[in-house]
Amino acid sequence: MSAKPILKKLSILADAAKYDASCASSGTVKRDSVASKGIGSTEGMGICHSYAPDGRCISLLKILLTNFCIYDCRFCINRASSNVERARFSPQEVVRLTLDFYKRNYIEGLFLSSGIIRSEDYTMEQLVEVARILREEHRFQGYIHLKTIAGADPGLIALAGLYADRLSTNVELPTEAGLSSFAPEKKPETIRKTMASVRIGADDAIEAAKSRLIGKAMPPRFAPAGQSTQMIVGADAARDDDILKTATNLYSGYRLRRVYYSAYSPIPDASSDLPPVRPPLMREHRLYQADWLLRFYGFERAEIMEGASGGMLDLAIDPKLAWALMRREAFPVDINRAPRELLLRVPGLGTRAVDRIVAARRLGKLRLGDLAKLTASVKKVLPFIVTLDWRPGKLTDSADLRARFAPPAEQLALAL
Amino acid sequence: MLAEPGDFAEWRSAARGLLAGGVAPEDVSWRGGAEGASLFGDAAAPASAGAVSLPRELLEIAERVICHRDPEVPARLYRIIWRAARDRQLLARTTDAEVDWLRKADKIIRRDVHKMHAFVRFRRLGEEAGRESFAAWFEPSHRILRLTAPFFQRRFYGMDWAIVTPDARAIWQDETLVYGPGGTKDEVPDSDVVEDQWRTYYGAIFNPARVKIDAMRAEMPKKYWKNLPEAQDIAPLLAGAEARVERMREAAVSLANPLTDKWRTRVPDELLLDDDVKTLGDVARAVDRCTRCPLYCNATQGVAGEGPGAARIMLVGEQPGDQEDLQGRPFVGPAGHVLNEALEEAGLDRRRLFLTNAVKHFKFEPRGKRRLHQNPTTGEIDICRWWLDKERAFVQPDLIVTLGASALRGVTGKSVSIKSMRGAVHELDGGSKLVATIHPSFLLRLPDRERAAEERAMFVADLIRARKLAA
Repeated sequence: MSAKPILKKLSILADAAKYDASCASSGTVKRDSVASKGIGSTEGMGICHSYAPDGRCISLLKILLTNFCIYDCRFCINRASSNVERARFSPQEVVRLTLDFYKRNYIEGLFLSSGIIRSEDYTMEQLVEVARILREEHRFQGYIHLKTIAGADPGLIALAGLYADRLSTNVELPTEAGLSSFAPEKKPETIRKTMASVRIGADDAIEAAKSRLIGKAMPPRFAPAGQSTQMIVGADAARDDDILKTATNLYSGYRLRRVYYSAYSPIPDASSDLPPVRPPLMREHRLYQADWLLRFYGFERAEIMEGASGGMLDLAIDPKLAWALMRREAFPVDINRAPRELLLRVPGLGTRAVDRIVAARRLGKLRLGDLAKLTASVKKVLPFIVTLDWRPGKLTDSADLRARFAPPAEQLALAL
Repeated sequence: MLAEPGDFAEWRSAARGLLAGGVAPEDVSWRGGAEGASLFGDAAAPASAGAVSLPRELLEIAERVICHRDPEVPARLYRIIWRAARDRQLLARTTDAEVDWLRKADKIIRRDVHKMHAFVRFRRLGEEAGRESFAAWFEPSHRILRLTAPFFQRRFYGMDWAIVTPDARAIWQDETLVYGPGGTKDEVPDSDVVEDQWRTYYGAIFNPARVKIDAMRAEMPKKYWKNLPEAQDIAPLLAGAEARVERMREAAVSLANPLTDKWRTRVPDELLLDDDVKTLGDVARAVDRCTRCPLYCNATQGVAGEGPGAARIMLVGEQPGDQEDLQGRPFVGPAGHVLNEALEEAGLDRRRLFLTNAVKHFKFEPRGKRRLHQNPTTGEIDICRWWLDKERAFVQPDLIVTLGASALRGVTGKSVSIKSMRGAVHELDGGSKLVATIHPSFLLRLPDRERAAEERAMFVADLIRARKLAA
């Protein structure tokens, strides 16, 4: 097994890892290497050290420990029945690569996942071992994201949380039906239990920190960048509504920091029930926008779905605009008077623009010219707002309002 | 005259003097060292007066913006601090043209700093006494080396490094950071052994099926490419992408690899059929797989009862809550704490009771980062009675205490009010006695303290009655 040269292994095991969308290195505690005199730091905000031609950020060394797998998930390039070439890193090889890349400033840290070998527990032990060597033997202070293997012993997950900044367990398919037909070995309840162990670990660590006696050392942190998951979009029959339903359940139950939506992308050596199609990138984009509305804009899932049809988000326009067009009675909103929550509902205004508006209007009434300095998209907000010198009049209710924003059909096809 | 463009300390001390001396911005002409003109132009040298206080945030922004290459920057910054000294709110006036300029210039510098943190590429020089040393050549858009070097110091404390730019250099050696003059690219090695691995990784992590060149170029502008070892692979990767996707499409599907069948030795977990549930242990395992009603879809797990099989008293609650759902045990959340205290007061040992719920899965409504408890419907309670009946049959308690209306429904199968049942002892089919009381979570929801204390006393009294009945 170890006969393969390192470049070959790297090529196989990075290729095998690229279908996991997550590459975030943000949201963890501040650390540096000054006290340890070692290597590594995290500063809250993540850094994308490079970008691949697919537009995705490269922040972490994202690899699998091995792509051997006893599971046979149909959408996965590493499924047991796939003809893909297999390889396996030793924990030491992963440690070496991580440090070599890190010292050259190529990466923020490591995102390590693995195919399931022997058992869930054995696989999880291997992942934890890599993190342990990095932290304990090399005093590595950079970012570590470990995949938690669903069904692994909670004790191993508790250990993983001590070394890792982030843990993630992928749901992969949003519905029970999808999972049972495409990933027969994966059980949704096992995935949820694993996420529950992570939340319990995090809650306990917070509790321990709160009840710490004055003068005593801080108890160890548990996965300070929280947990995340990924759902594949477009591999099964799940609708956007199903996907968002699952997302809201996971956010509420397990305090997930992020749900990643990954457009199903054709894989080499595909299984027969997944014909190779173009990945639905626009659908993925709309789901991310809807996810943001849920988390930062005070929208409920049911509201977002008012702008959808048949449980699918509008591909031509963004979900906030789609909702606003169905809810025109809520507009126009007065930029100078409306509370923050209402400003957040104006299509074209993001959270930052809203904060700037709220700050600026304390010092004087705003006109359209002022607004242009506070947001990038004045044209988009015009039908929905009132300022000192602007009223949209009939524009808000005009029949062709959607057409003003929706791109012509041909352009949309290209965007897909 | 500023001797070193982009040097914040120099600009600050000059600006402080001018400000203290009351020299108006229009009377100052700021010039860089090369131009060799006087700093103060025709204005008289200022008399040194008391220091003028400026908002801390403005000084932080000025420290960044002074690095901007635009030669107008020192003058524009001075105009802003001149105004800020007279208008404490100035920075908040985001619609003001000069503040708008300042914010935008700051954004440009912060982005340049961020990109430098990201795109510096060290190359290894060697190793001495176990300490490795590295060097990098970098060309930032603005004079930001001093803004970025502390970051590299915090990150790469345990190795020696140098970053050389056209304007200046930073050297971290023997745990000391020093700055020096600008340099040239050829002072830094032109390759590194690990670059092959990095380029291999870059090529392998790229997904040819989702090419988005604009997204890449927006975040990694072309001006940086010449110093990024991986950038030389962008063109060939793009050129080959379409063909790779085409090959996937043509190959379409493949037959399952027969060799890999041997890895798949595991059998799916055995399913417990209804008839197989013969002990309390079977209930605990099987309830987790229950799909009799849709509540299992969103809950973490089915939560079975807990306690000795020989318990004389069985406590029945409504359903698991948030904590019970996570931990897989009944009464471990806030209501569980209330119950524990009440049990203790009533002289009941929780370890000798059998605690369970009328409904075994948590029913909730997601709301942001919380799950709001929802009452189970009578339909859900009735469906789940299958499990409660099994538990009752295995434990055979002398006495059942129902906590709340759902529990009462689950035990009796009828919708009866707690009020009508409370205070008396009832006989159940099969010989157990029944005591009905409230659910402890009810006590948590009472806002009125006096009322809560009364209700709690009644609750404890019910538990004491239960203890005496079972004795």
